[in-house]
Amino acid sequence: MLSLALAASACGGGSSTGGGSNDSPKELTYWASNQGAGIEIDKKVLQPELDKFEKETGIKVKLEVVPWSDLLNRILTATTSGQGPDVLNIGNTWSASLQATGALLPWNSENFDKIGGRDRFVDSALGSTGAEGQDPAAVPLYSMAYALYYNKQMFADAGIDGPPATWDELVAAGKKLSGDGTWGIGMEGSNPAENIHHAFVFAKQHGADFFTADGKADFTNDGAVTAVKQYVDLMAKDKIIAPGNAEYAQNQSVSDFAKGRTGMLLWQSASANLKSQGMSEDAYGIAPVPVQSGTPGTGKQVNSMVAGINLAVFKNSDNLDGATEFVKFMTSDAEQKILNTAYSSIPPVKAAQEDPAFNSPANAVLKDTLAKSAVALPQVPDESQFETAVGTAIKELFADAAAGREVTTGSVKAALTKAQQQMPKK
Amino acid sequence: MSPDTAMTATAPAAEADVRKSSPGAAREPRRRPGRIRRIGLPYLLLLPALLLELLVHLVPMVIGIVMSFKELTQFYIRDWGTAPWAALDNYKVSVDFDAPVGKALLDSFLVTIGFTLLSVGLCWLIGTAAAICMQDTFRGRGLLRALFLVPYALPVYAAVITWVFMFQHDNGLVNHVLHDQLGITDQPSFWLIGDNSFFALLTVSVWKGWPFAFLIVMAGLQNIPRELYEAAALDGAGMIQQIRRITLPSLRPVNQVLVLVLFLWTFNDFNTPYVMFGKTAPEAADLISVHIYQASFVTWNFGTGSAMSVLLLLFLLVVTGVYLALTSRERRASHA
Repeated sequence: MLSLALAASACGGGSSTGGGSNDSPKELTYWASNQGAGIEIDKKVLQPELDKFEKETGIKVKLEVVPWSDLLNRILTATTSGQGPDVLNIGNTWSASLQATGALLPWNSENFDKIGGRDRFVDSALGSTGAEGQDPAAVPLYSMAYALYYNKQMFADAGIDGPPATWDELVAAGKKLSGDGTWGIGMEGSNPAENIHHAFVFAKQHGADFFTADGKADFTNDGAVTAVKQYVDLMAKDKIIAPGNAEYAQNQSVSDFAKGRTGMLLWQSASANLKSQGMSEDAYGIAPVPVQSGTPGTGKQVNSMVAGINLAVFKNSDNLDGATEFVKFMTSDAEQKILNTAYSSIPPVKAAQEDPAFNSPANAVLKDTLAKSAVALPQVPDESQFETAVGTAIKELFADAAAGREVTTGSVKAALTKAQQQMPKK
Repeated sequence: MSPDTAMTATAPAAEADVRKSSPGAAREPRRRPGRIRRIGLPYLLLLPALLLELLVHLVPMVIGIVMSFKELTQFYIRDWGTAPWAALDNYKVSVDFDAPVGKALLDSFLVTIGFTLLSVGLCWLIGTAAAICMQDTFRGRGLLRALFLVPYALPVYAAVITWVFMFQHDNGLVNHVLHDQLGITDQPSFWLIGDNSFFALLTVSVWKGWPFAFLIVMAGLQNIPRELYEAAALDGAGMIQQIRRITLPSLRPVNQVLVLVLFLWTFNDFNTPYVMFGKTAPEAADLISVHIYQASFVTWNFGTGSAMSVLLLLFLLVVTGVYLALTSRERRASHA
C-alpha cells in the first residue's frame, strides 16, 4: 500500500519544481527525433555512436526514437509530469515555446563553455534556439533548409531549360509538366507544419509576418493573406498540384516525386529519403527555392526557413553532468560529420561544415541558402500554437481547393481570422 | 443481474437476523468486541478496493476539476501549483457560443450528438437483425458468428488504419469501386477531408461497433423460451409478429443496457477519429473527444481543456441519470 501511495505521488505531477541532480551518473535517456526514412534507420545510425559514447565515458544511453507526430505531445507530457528523458531532440521552431515552459536547461555561457563555447556554432542556427535576449533553450544539432528538387528527365521531356528561379517560372514549368497522370509539384496539404513553413516564406517574400514586433499574432494582414493565397493557388488556380495532395501528411509527396509522378518537390534535405525510395542521385537536380523576382537574399528575397533540430537537456535530469557531456559529444566535430552525413543535413558547427563531405552540389545549395537567404520562424512563446492554428487553416483551404471550391482573398482571410481567434489571449 | 437479485433476496433475512440478535447483545456486553470485529470486517475487506477506486477514478477526476479552475497554459504546466486561479474564466470561454472557441465547441458537440445517434442506431439495428437471423441453427452458423465478431476482435489501430487506406483519394479501394468500377461519382471523392469525412467516420464506427450489439443481443436471445415461439406459431403468428410480440419485448432489459453502453462508448470514442484524421479533424467529423484533446494539447491550454471535459462529464452524467430513471420507471411499471 505504501509503495502504491509513493508511486501515486510520483506520477501525480506538479512535483517537478526541483532542479536537476547527478544522482544517477551512469545512465541517460535520450529521445531522438525521426530523421531517417524510418525509425529503424535512426536506430541504426545512432546506436553505434551511443556505444562509442559509452566506451568513452562509461555512461549508458537509452535511446528512444520518437515519431514527429508524437514528439511534441511526449515533451509536453514529460514537462507536466516531470518524468522525462535527460536529453532530447526538439524541432528548432519549438524552441521559444518550450523555453517558456521552463522545462529545458538554459544554455548560459557557463553551460556553453562546457561544450566548447557558443562560437563553435553557426549564427543562423543559433537564431532558432529560443526567444531573443534569453539564454538559448537548446543547442543546434542538425541544420536544414528548403530546396527545389526537380526531375531532370521530366524537365527535358517537357522542354524546360532549367530549374525555375521565380514563382511565375515555377507555375509555367508546372503547367508543362502537368497532364497524363503527372503533375507539376507535390505538397503535404494535410500537414500543418509543412504548410506553415511554406506560408512563412511566402509571407516574407511579400514583406509580411505572422507576428507583430512585440510578439502578438497578426495573421490577417494583407501580406499574410496574399502569401497564403499564393501558396494554396498552386493547387486552386494554377492547378499544378494534384488535388489528392490535399490529404497528404505522411511524406507521400516525396514518394510521388521519387516515382516520377511529380516533376518538382519543395523539401528540406531530401537526398537520403529519395535514395531510400530508390531514386538515384543523377535523376534529380537541386536548386534554390524560387522567389517573386530577382535572386535569393535577405528581406523579401528570403527563400527558406532555418530548418533544423536542436538538442536540449531536461532541467530536472538526474544526471545533469552526463547530459551535458552527451551534448558535447553529439556536437563534437567528428560526430557532427558522421550524423549530418547520414541524414543529409548540414552541420550547424562551423568546423564540421568546412569538411569536404558537405561540398556536394546538393549540400552547396542548402549551405548557401542557410548562409544567405534563410530566416528563423518567429521565436515567440506562441509559435507552436501558431503552427497548429494557421497550419490547420491552410489544410482546410487545400481541402476546399481539392473539392473544386473557389479559394478567394475573402475565404483565405476568413480562415486566417478564425485561426487568429484561437490563439491564446494575453 | 444475478448479484443484484441475490442481494435483494438475502437482505430481509439479514435484517431479521440483526433484529433477533440485538437484544441478546445488550444482555451480554462482554461479547461486544467480537461483534464490532464482525461488523467491521466487511468494511475492512472493502477498504483496499475503496482506496484503489479512489486512487484510480476519483483522484484524477478531482485533479481534472481543480485544473479546470486554473489558468494552466504553457507557462505553468511545469509546476501546476503556481498557475493562477482563473475562477470561472475557462468555463465562460467554453460556453460563450458567440466567440470562436465556444462556437467551435458547440459545433463539435452537435456533430458528436448526430454522429452518436446515427452510429448507435445503426449498430443496434444491424446487430439485432443479424442476431435474429442467426437464431435458428443451420450449417455454417458457427463460422458466420465468428466472422461477424472479427471487427470487434481486431486491434483498433490496425483496423482503422486499413480503413484510412481504403478511403484515400488517389489509391483507395472505396473510390476505386464507387468511381472507377461503378461510375457512381463523376470524380473521385475525398473521404478523409471535407464534408464526406462524417460518413467515412460513421462507416468505420458502425463497422467496429455492431458486432458488440450482435454479441449481446445473441446472448439475450438464448434466454427466450422456445415454447413462446411454438405457442405463438400455433396461434397463427407470423415471423414479423413473433419478432414484434415476443423477441423485442423479451430483449428489452438487454437493450436498455446495450444502448446505454453503446451511447457512452461512441460519444467518447477517441481512437477512431484520432487514427483517421490525426490531431486536427475536419469540421464535419470533429468529435468532441478529439476537439477537447486539441483544445488542451495542441493549444497548450490545459485549463480550458479541463473545463470542457468537466462540462462533458456533467452532460453524460445527466444523460445517463435521466436514461436510467426513465428505463427503471418503465421496468417498475411493467412489473406492477
